[in-house]
Amino acid sequence: MSTQNKPAQRWEDDIYDCFVRHNVSQIPYVPDAGHAHLIRRVHDTPQMRPIVLTTEEEGVASSCGAWLGGEKSVLLMQSSGVGNCINMLSLVSNCNFPFVSIVSMRGEWGEFNHWQVPMSRATPGSFELMGIDVKRCDTPEDVAPTVDAALYAAFSSEQKIAILLSQRLIGRKEW
Amino acid sequence: MTDNTNIERRQAVRRILANRGETLVVCGLGSSTYDVFAAGDDDRNFYLWGAMGGAVMIGLGLAIAQPHKPVLVITGDGEALMGLGALASVAAQKPDNLTIIVLDNAHFGETGMQPSHTGHGVDLTEIANGCGFNNSQTITNNDALDAFSNTPNAANGPRFAVVKITTDNPDRALPNLDGVYIKNRVRSSLGIQPV
Repeated sequence: MSTQNKPAQRWEDDIYDCFVRHNVSQIPYVPDAGHAHLIRRVHDTPQMRPIVLTTEEEGVASSCGAWLGGEKSVLLMQSSGVGNCINMLSLVSNCNFPFVSIVSMRGEWGEFNHWQVPMSRATPGSFELMGIDVKRCDTPEDVAPTVDAALYAAFSSEQKIAILLSQRLIGRKEW
Repeated sequence: MTDNTNIERRQAVRRILANRGETLVVCGLGSSTYDVFAAGDDDRNFYLWGAMGGAVMIGLGLAIAQPHKPVLVITGDGEALMGLGALASVAAQKPDNLTIIVLDNAHFGETGMQPSHTGHGVDLTEIANGCGFNNSQTITNNDALDAFSNTPNAANGPRFAVVKITTDNPDRALPNLDGVYIKNRVRSSLGIQPV
């Protein structure tokens, strides 16, 4: 492919590149428009296993199972699903499993659907209540170093980290 | 409704695990954890003392990570019902090394024997069938249980069985409570060192 035709690197591609570099192989997800490009790339990669979920806490449990078996997993979801994970995160805490989730934020920047706002507001607090560190990306430049650092910390020493991709970064949903 | 069976839970789990081979076992919160421990402690058992509704998905992540080892989830009707969507998520992945066995006494045994949904007629085998499991059946006698269990290296999954059990309530048999220890023990059994 010539350089002129190569699609521009997007911040979603930076996340994908981090998955490759850190050998992340299981990617459970509840779909979200903010993650759509990344999910497509995961589906196009034979050494990555996309796992579509019916609800977000399933991905907390499957990620723990992956680590039991020696694989690395990252959970993709949107902010509205974070509350669903609360009790299952006790598994992460009690067994000291590594945990990484990348969360696309709704309800915080030019949101038309205000039904998204309460869970958005409660998202960082929900993670913190369960002992998960919260990092935030507000610009495209934040994404690669934040995801790289989180994956390194989680899988080298079983730390627990949620990365929030701000709605300003993702772009507001047009209605 | 559960009296159409003469299978007792402890005896059933002993039979299921008698020829486990290299099988990795995930057991759901409550009586199934006690039953698996009572059948003989093993480094390859992941006991749950919480995270209700999570056993099947832990089994899925483990089965994908260890595709050459049989993975068996043994849980109860209450725990399975709390994570019903997981049956759809497993069926979408079709891991051929994963087996799920639900010990179904149609009650929430740990909390005072309130009737569960299966006691009100919900059929988990039909749900698993509808999700697309390759092999899904309801077992009400020991011959059928042995036939289902004696395939420790099964690679024709995902398989699903409801084992109808009596409502007998044997004494609790309590495995170690330390989640970090239980986790590291399973990983060590696979040759994975603690971080």
